[in-house]
Amino acid sequence: MNKNPLIGLTAALLLSLGAASATAADYLIDTKGAHAFIQFKIAHLGYSWLLGRFNSFSGEFSYDEQNPAAARVRVEIDTASVDSNHAERDKHLRSADFFDVAQYPKASFVSTGFKPLGDGKAELTGDFSLHGITRPISIAVTPIGHGPDPWGGYRRGFEGRTRFALADFGITRNLGPASKEVEIYLSLEGVRQ
Amino acid sequence: MQWRNSEKGWGVMTILLHWLVALTVIGLFGLGLWMTGLDYYHPWRHRGPDLHRAIGILLPFVLLLRLAWRFWSPPPLALPDHRLWEARLARIAHALLYLLPFAMVLSGYLISTADGRGVSILGWFEVPALFTAIDRQEEVMGRVHATLAWGLMGVSGVHALGALKHHFIDRDKTLSRMLRIE
Repeated sequence: MNKNPLIGLTAALLLSLGAASATAADYLIDTKGAHAFIQFKIAHLGYSWLLGRFNSFSGEFSYDEQNPAAARVRVEIDTASVDSNHAERDKHLRSADFFDVAQYPKASFVSTGFKPLGDGKAELTGDFSLHGITRPISIAVTPIGHGPDPWGGYRRGFEGRTRFALADFGITRNLGPASKEVEIYLSLEGVRQ
Repeated sequence: MQWRNSEKGWGVMTILLHWLVALTVIGLFGLGLWMTGLDYYHPWRHRGPDLHRAIGILLPFVLLLRLAWRFWSPPPLALPDHRLWEARLARIAHALLYLLPFAMVLSGYLISTADGRGVSILGWFEVPALFTAIDRQEEVMGRVHATLAWGLMGVSGVHALGALKHHFIDRDKTLSRMLRIE
């Protein structure tokens, strides 16, 4: 690619500047300011949806508009922070019947690929670890927006959706035939570092 | 038949309260153990905990009545054949048997109200949530509740073994005076 040595040098310099680069950039997911959400949705008896979220997680991503395929994401979730707005249900979700948070306090996602689909959307693939089991999953990603924030920073946000069977991660508690799969919705805002 | 305790034996009131609390506490323990393992589709999945909470919230009123009655109508004297270590162990067990059920009720209440919602007592009335300040309160109190429950069953076991020892080995009236209304 580098036909001109000057361009190569400039590119190397830009890369070495890392965070200062306007294109390839690392973003810290803004969990401190709670501009990031990890929610789940599962059928209740097949008659309605039960919604919940994880209140405590952290992560970062790297995104380069010139080279979106190089995007990387890493998220770590404290499984004990599950919150379905009902203390006794959350207690049950944290127990060995579901997340078994004493044994598996963390769930994590580490991306392995990012495939732009042309229409602005993308498919993010990665290894998802939950309940001690790691499996590849695919997340449908839509960029929301990016730009300077009013306080001197630079932010970029995405949303993502995925779904998987709880049994794939060894969570086999019977919730009924309509409730075998859970949907995950992510809305993540990163602050450029 | 007399309501108050005498120097020689228990009155009707104490005997009734004793067995009411004993059955309630053991029943709540069994129900609690059973209901927490129920499958999602079990018909008692909601009924069990609802009943457990309702009885649990009503229990302290009986406990208070019982405690008040103990002061109003003091227990009979210990039987003369009881040895010092027996009397001491009995006193510790009795103190715990009065104290632990209150702690059970309190910890149970703090589980059920951990998210700020009150406890509905079978639709009759609702006990409001007054304290939600502990981080992951339902978790912490759940552990306290379970540990105290087993502790209470242990103390009850010692208490029952003592009664049986007096009855079958010492052949004294310790157990029969708590069973027979004279």
